[in-house]
Amino acid sequence: MEDLAANFLTKYNYWAFIALVMIGFYAMIVKRNLVKKIVGMNILQTAVILFYVSIGAKRDADLPIIAHGHGSASHAVHAADYINPLPHVLMLTAIVVSVATLGVAIALAIKIYRQYGTLEEDEIGERIRNA
Amino acid sequence: MIWPVDLIIMLLVIICGLGALAVRDLLGAAILFGAYSFMMCLLWAIMGAVDVAFTEASVGAGVSTVLFVAAVFRTSRRTKD
Repeated sequence: MEDLAANFLTKYNYWAFIALVMIGFYAMIVKRNLVKKIVGMNILQTAVILFYVSIGAKRDADLPIIAHGHGSASHAVHAADYINPLPHVLMLTAIVVSVATLGVAIALAIKIYRQYGTLEEDEIGERIRNA
Repeated sequence: MIWPVDLIIMLLVIICGLGALAVRDLLGAAILFGAYSFMMCLLWAIMGAVDVAFTEASVGAGVSTVLFVAAVFRTSRRTKD
């Protein structure tokens, strides 16, 4: 039982991940301002990236860069001494994709502001109903 | 990983995220979101993902904050929640 509790307490990265996902979902669902919704979406995306980087992390391991690796390819690499670099590479793509979605979302928000003169969701709905 | 630094920065990440959503001014929300991104970048540097940290610092914190500030500049700073 103590084993289980210690296991839960030492993996605090995942607790931070859960908290950030909940914060992001809360903002996307509850907040009525469009820019606040976009901030929530970004927090959700960085939380997922945190989850993936936490999977690859190891205690007492080196950075995934081989010292003197160039020109001396004869010695073997002990993979257990290095942090797993595969989730990092995947998450580089995810960061770029998150900036692209952010750009599209902000462009749509600016278009909506030009059409209706407000960023609040309830006021936009009112103006659509009255028009 | 050095766990006290790790925990402090994780707390700062969550506080900055909550602050960016709680503040009643969109420019303040944009700046706090930039602070959130930089704290996330520090967290990844501590966890050994240096390439992700570099990309987040330049693309996530830099370009995202510029986009948010530009959007607030072209629309309005007013927010109800």
